[in-house]
Amino acid sequence: MELRPILSALMRSKVSMILIGVQVALTLAIVCNALFIIGQRLDHMRRPSGVNESDTFLFSSSGFGHGFDPRATIREDLAVLAHMPGVASVSTTNSVPMSGGGWGEGLSLKPQQKTSTTQTTIYMVNEKGLGTFGSKLIAGRDFKPEEVADLEAGDTLRPPVIIVTQAVADKMFPGENAIGKQVYLSENPPASTIIGIVERTQQPWMSSDTVENSTFVPGYMPYGNSSRYLVRTEPGRRDEVIAQVEKKLSESNSSRIIGKIRTMEDVRRDAYAGDRAMSIILGAVIVALLTITALGIVGMASFWVAQRTRQIGTRRALGASKKDILRYFQTENFIITTFGLLVGAVLAYAFSLWMMQSYQSPRLPWYYVPIGFVCLWALGQLAVLGPALRASRVPPAVATRSV
Amino acid sequence: MFSYYLQLGMRSLRRNPILTALMVIGIGLGIAASMTTLTVMHLMGSDPIPWKSDKLHYVQLDNWSADNSYYDDGRPPDQVTYRDAVALMEAGKADKQSAMFKLSLPIQPENKELKPFRSLGRVAYTDFFGMFEPPFKYGGPWSHDQDAGHERVVVLGKDMNEKLFGGQDSVGRTVRMDDIDYTIVGVLDDWKLRSRYYDLTNGAFEDPDEFFMPFTAAIDLKQRSTGNNSCWKSSGDGWDAYLDSDCVWIQMWVQLDSPARLAEYKSFLDSYVNEQKKLGRFPRPLNNRLLDVNEWMADQEVVSRDVQVQTGLAFAFLVVCLVNTVGLLLAKFTRKSGEIGLRRALGASRREVFSQFLIESGVVGLSGGVLGLALTGLGLLAVRALYSEYKTVAHLDWTMIFVTVALAVVSSVLAGVYPTWRACRVQPAAQLKI
Repeated sequence: MELRPILSALMRSKVSMILIGVQVALTLAIVCNALFIIGQRLDHMRRPSGVNESDTFLFSSSGFGHGFDPRATIREDLAVLAHMPGVASVSTTNSVPMSGGGWGEGLSLKPQQKTSTTQTTIYMVNEKGLGTFGSKLIAGRDFKPEEVADLEAGDTLRPPVIIVTQAVADKMFPGENAIGKQVYLSENPPASTIIGIVERTQQPWMSSDTVENSTFVPGYMPYGNSSRYLVRTEPGRRDEVIAQVEKKLSESNSSRIIGKIRTMEDVRRDAYAGDRAMSIILGAVIVALLTITALGIVGMASFWVAQRTRQIGTRRALGASKKDILRYFQTENFIITTFGLLVGAVLAYAFSLWMMQSYQSPRLPWYYVPIGFVCLWALGQLAVLGPALRASRVPPAVATRSV
Repeated sequence: MFSYYLQLGMRSLRRNPILTALMVIGIGLGIAASMTTLTVMHLMGSDPIPWKSDKLHYVQLDNWSADNSYYDDGRPPDQVTYRDAVALMEAGKADKQSAMFKLSLPIQPENKELKPFRSLGRVAYTDFFGMFEPPFKYGGPWSHDQDAGHERVVVLGKDMNEKLFGGQDSVGRTVRMDDIDYTIVGVLDDWKLRSRYYDLTNGAFEDPDEFFMPFTAAIDLKQRSTGNNSCWKSSGDGWDAYLDSDCVWIQMWVQLDSPARLAEYKSFLDSYVNEQKKLGRFPRPLNNRLLDVNEWMADQEVVSRDVQVQTGLAFAFLVVCLVNTVGLLLAKFTRKSGEIGLRRALGASRREVFSQFLIESGVVGLSGGVLGLALTGLGLLAVRALYSEYKTVAHLDWTMIFVTVALAVVSSVLAGVYPTWRACRVQPAAQLKI
């Protein structure tokens, strides 16, 4: 294939070439960065919470009136819930992973330590807590019923025993066995002894830097007259149990309000609603952009074919085959696209740099751009195929006609 | 002449329906993407109270630990302690001032057909109403005396009054919350707030507050905030220790009517903190802030990063659509060289040819704008579906409708300038020869 005639023809319609090139360049820059953002969001959404999400649900109960006894109510509720058919395990808790609201504390190795060694969230649960969450105990033991203390909201946190996640254990005691070690949740003694380690349980906050730093504390701590329950059902019986719970608890006590029942799947959906929306919106932008660019190439190529009908006829009359004409337009498109892509590569990195500086996003990995090259080359070839085929069907006789 | 060129333009567009459709759809899509994101960004970030946003200031004091700052970048905490809030309220140095926090309470309706329910409201001083100016339907705010007297009074939001009293004038009646009767002194009318800018500590796009009650009365009842609470050291056990602690859980706003008043208040805050330092509090260097409404909204990133990135990408997309249109117009106009040559030969000036083709681009832009407007409506519908919390900010208003159409026409005319200029350079003689 002779490139020189194509290049010299291109030089005669520089503006059209630049227009298509600019379009391809911007498309590459936007698509690479948008795909990268989508990829990050999907990775973010795929992180495991470490708890059973399919068979669990939670709800709050808030009593009112001076005669209301929150502790007695908790005891009754736990008994009622535990005996319901289909319920596998139930615990009180102050919060659950991904819920967005929770209790954060610093963890220290010494009393009065100036800066905490690391941050953790606190899950205040009873002896059934770990089993209800579905967090996997990988070392040590679970809480015993007698270790579950009666606490008041606002009390200083000095539990004798705690269970932490592997992430906390690694951070506090790197390379050591954390079981039996002591840590401080408040500035003064007594310290808390780590009696168990769970594999993984996320914090309530999805954007936390220490998302797997969680600590289980055994205790009942109603917030005023309010408490929250987490229920794990036997596999597949969640919805059936939810319907029963709604009925049963509303009958049980008239001086309280049962909050909306939410499944852990609802909690996850809400936690990642923003990431999902961002992915969908960027996905839509990518599709629209590729469509517009492809249609633009079709439009320009059709115009060129129409403009050069006579020249094509002449070439055909002078012996060029249909294939030669087809190749001509395909090669021309390839050259323009490549030129656009080279500019686009620079733009893509510039865009990424702007995102890094303004939003602390990570650098665009290098392989996005070459993949983008391949995709846009393919798109260009696909878009030019129709007009190029039309060009190859121009009969040689056109050359002899006037206009 | 304008209407004749308009006719010519329409006819020319009808002659190449596919090319025209490509251009109109291109502009429409580009406009829709950029206007959808721009509307959300504009409504999220726009000044919620333009006539006095520079007079309302959010008080931040840095009572955090000597060893760690509240935010990693050194900004002071986003809330204040109870003791500082009360000290500032008692000093009363600002033109208006209110400490406030979020409170959830069980409501026990008189009407036994309604089940008790939980309601989110706000605890504040009467100046809250003077500062943020919610519209009243019945009655009005409680008085300064009622603040001082710790009286159990309440202002209901419109929806709450609708629910409890069927929208009737309920002033003077009572509402039972957590077994205590509060006398209703006022009922709000529809308060159209895009963002709940007066409390950004739990996100800006939460549901509106359903009731308001005096700060002093709520503290008497030992009501803890339902919002955020942060402590850098244990508060100690019990309610009194909590009130005395360095935990931050209260938002504090002041109204300062002039720059001079602002400067005075700043120096008052500095001297207050210096006094407190003598008592052994405030171990950090002086770091008070008095951001106004817009500064505070920017500080708390009310316009989320996602929305900013989306808007940036959408405008880049619009640029691609316009480049596309330039190319297509160029193709179209070049094809008409013969026609242009004929018109020029018959005496039309370059200027006339220029305006004819520019009008044709304008027609493309207008059609693209109308299509874009319809698609923007759909886009905003999608945004509302994707982000449930943005329902107050994903709406078209008249300004944005006007901006949409104007942006479409202006950008397509701009896109038409180069192709038109090229078209005008046609030499009549060259085109007429065969």
